Amino acid sequence: MQIVLLIYLIASFLIFVIPERIKKAVPFFLASVQLGVFIYFFSKIGLVSGGATIIEKIAWVPQLGLEFELVLSGLSLAFVLLITGIGVLVFLYSYAYMKSYSRTDIFYFYLFLFSGAMLGLVLSGNLILFFVFWELTSFLSFLLISFFHEKEASRKAAFQSLFITGLGGLILLAGIILIGSVVDSYSVSVWVENAVMIKSHKFYLPGLVLIFIGVFTKSAQFPFHFWLPGAMQAPTPVSSYLHSATMVKAGIFLLALLNPVLGGRPEWTYILTLVGVITMFLGAYFAITQTDIKAILAYTTISALGILVMLLGIDTVLSTKAAMLFLYVHAFYKAAMFMIAGFIYKKTGTLEWSKMGGLAGIVPITFTIALLALLSMAGLPPMLGFLGKELIYEAKVQLPDVASFILVFGVAGNALMIAVSMFFLFKVFLGKKGKSFEVSYKKDWAYVFGSGVLALLSLFFGLFPSFLGKNIIEPALNSIRKIDYSVKLKIWHGFNDVFFLSVVTVLLGFSLFLLIYRKNRLLEKWRNFNLNFFTIRLVDVFDNTMNSFLKLAKRKTEIVQHGYHRYYILTIFVVASVLLWYQVYVTQGWSLLNVFTLKPFYISGLVVVIVFSTFFSVISSSRIATIITMGVTGYGIALIFLYYSAVDLAITQIIVETLILVMFVLVLQQFPLFAKLSSKASKLRDVLIAITFGSAMTVLALKSINIDFNNRISNYLIENSYVKAYGENVVNVILVDFRALDTMGEVTVLIVAALGVFVLLKSKKV
Amino acid sequence: MNSVILQIAAKYVRWLLVFFAIVALYRGHNHPGGGFIGGLLVSLSVIFYSLAYDAERAKQKLMLQPGTQIFIGLLLILISVLPGLFQKGTLMAGIWTSISIPVLGEIKLGTPFLFDIGVFFAVIGVTVMFFFSLKKVGQWK
Repeated sequence: MQIVLLIYLIASFLIFVIPERIKKAVPFFLASVQLGVFIYFFSKIGLVSGGATIIEKIAWVPQLGLEFELVLSGLSLAFVLLITGIGVLVFLYSYAYMKSYSRTDIFYFYLFLFSGAMLGLVLSGNLILFFVFWELTSFLSFLLISFFHEKEASRKAAFQSLFITGLGGLILLAGIILIGSVVDSYSVSVWVENAVMIKSHKFYLPGLVLIFIGVFTKSAQFPFHFWLPGAMQAPTPVSSYLHSATMVKAGIFLLALLNPVLGGRPEWTYILTLVGVITMFLGAYFAITQTDIKAILAYTTISALGILVMLLGIDTVLSTKAAMLFLYVHAFYKAAMFMIAGFIYKKTGTLEWSKMGGLAGIVPITFTIALLALLSMAGLPPMLGFLGKELIYEAKVQLPDVASFILVFGVAGNALMIAVSMFFLFKVFLGKKGKSFEVSYKKDWAYVFGSGVLALLSLFFGLFPSFLGKNIIEPALNSIRKIDYSVKLKIWHGFNDVFFLSVVTVLLGFSLFLLIYRKNRLLEKWRNFNLNFFTIRLVDVFDNTMNSFLKLAKRKTEIVQHGYHRYYILTIFVVASVLLWYQVYVTQGWSLLNVFTLKPFYISGLVVVIVFSTFFSVISSSRIATIITMGVTGYGIALIFLYYSAVDLAITQIIVETLILVMFVLVLQQFPLFAKLSSKASKLRDVLIAITFGSAMTVLALKSINIDFNNRISNYLIENSYVKAYGENVVNVILVDFRALDTMGEVTVLIVAALGVFVLLKSKKV
Repeated sequence: MNSVILQIAAKYVRWLLVFFAIVALYRGHNHPGGGFIGGLLVSLSVIFYSLAYDAERAKQKLMLQPGTQIFIGLLLILISVLPGLFQKGTLMAGIWTSISIPVLGEIKLGTPFLFDIGVFFAVIGVTVMFFFSLKKVGQWK
């Protein structure tokens, strides 16, 4: 499996070396790689459905106990088959869809890496590894959504999605670390083994909430759902992939993965069912008033994700089974519907349903496919969607204390879905022919191939569900719930209360559809009502928050980064001297006087010269004089270094002093004439600060002589300088050998400073 | 500035400084000196020359532009750091060999010396870049 991930990485970079004249073959190349991977994993079905789990481990960061652990269980296999299978179809579809765009290389590069990252995500057996892939998918979907980055809407949507999912990712990481600290491991299997301990630990609830927030952002749950409709700014193949098999399903996968660890507690059930139900209902509710067919589909995705979260929240065998089946139902019809929407866009040049109509006669094959997919979306027989919906109702009935609440919203949501599906069908494909169609596309089988396959699969599995149930749903279910349960799917359940619910739903949905179809004004009114009633739009809340955050940052920067050099230095000196004097005050009992010993007269004379020249440099009223007297100070100190036989230091000091002198003169000769501008008060302030800081430094220097520095280190360096590093000059050996890392850092700082000076002075207009 | 004495002197002092810089660099490991001091000496030679003539001319006389020198410096540092990783398993571990050259006798060569040469070049590049940038400011007026 590690090799599979490696193949994804290599194949995505191969895109750039494929010669220009066979560039057209890129999507086919990638699709065939996907197909190969699909077949490879498909061949593992026998093994996995037998209850086996394939685990591959290599050491990653052994110091931290991290392993690159890949696990192929029933659950991950169910996701892997979706990702690679739909991946094949999406790449084939992209071949037709992306033909007319430029920069397709980079598009395929992102998309293929994305599917590789998604594959890695569902195969991860270690949650840190999982998190890495999680962030990768967030990041790559940002790049994919902003693919048409010349459009402002694309950039905005991409930023939103990155911000929401990125923030959620970090919160998720915090949750993972919190729970991981309980069992001291990030391996999923260890978590599962210690599930009881985790559930009774005080970190359970905070960890749970953090992980849930991560899941909700990724899987577009209320109140983080708003990034998903925006994400339809991406090229349609991306939407098709993002909404069906990848990205938003990552959160669902995580919930299923952690169900045995964190599930089984009321916190799990109530949070998930509540959020799931709200999301499900709102998604369906807002879907119906959208005018853009891609937006309709995006909102139905939100609704479907709500259903999945709710089902995993109900946390029974039946509900988990329903979730796994609905995962497939939704992936099939949603991928197909997005492909159709993209095709319609190419065909008509618009995404507004109000301008469409009567497409059935023009594109009969697409119409048939759409009919099947929409039937599945509405949950009507004989499609797979019907089975899914029946199971969902069955699961909902099971939850005793909140069943009524969930059922009401469940039925309402499904009725809305039926109405949406029918509305889509009638408005887009049937009825009067729309106005302006620009038929500027090239006919291509690749437009309908993917959606056709998926629609037929929906139909086939609806009629003969046993293969799907036995080989995919059953192992997934058993690996989530750690049980041995045999799944038997059938299309006819008999006349029971679930069937009754279905009938009610269909009737409700149908009458709702009739209502809005007959009276066009009604939908208009509805939309206006929504606009007026839901005055707080989450997208606006997000934008406003971002804007005020940026304003705050700007104001803060203006205060802290005022741009006055003298105040920066002032701040540094004041802070440093306050800290120093505080330390002096705390560690009392210093005797400073005993450090004064008699030195030869020439050294004493030198010190007097240094002090005198320093003083002169402060009071002098000529810049050149100041610089030269500062130079005297510097050279004097170099001489003192020499006296204490620090030759290296002395040489360096002399050269640096010379350089500084020359550079100062160079700059200062261009300055305006010297003038006294500072007021008395500010001068007094500066004098005070200078004295405080200077005296603090003096005390520090005097004190440092007294401190017993435990000479172990310097003795070691002196003793080993020649023995180990073959150098007699200890200073140099320290610089280039013992402490080479420090030197490297210093050189880097110097270079960055030089580049900074270079750029700053260069940008100045001469 | 246009002093003939200074200009004539600069022609020769420049090379003298470079010579001493190389000496300082070479003997750095056993006696006072080293890459940092050597680098500063070379940049002094450049600055001296450009004071005697002008910055443009000094820049033309440069064998390597400051940016290139920084590049070489960093590259040498990077190269010197790696052999230790491969031979001893620790980044920056010193590796030494000795070769004998007829006139100079036995010479010990090691990655720390290479590191020092890297510092030498980087310091030249940085200082000369500082200087030329400031010199530009001098031409505002």
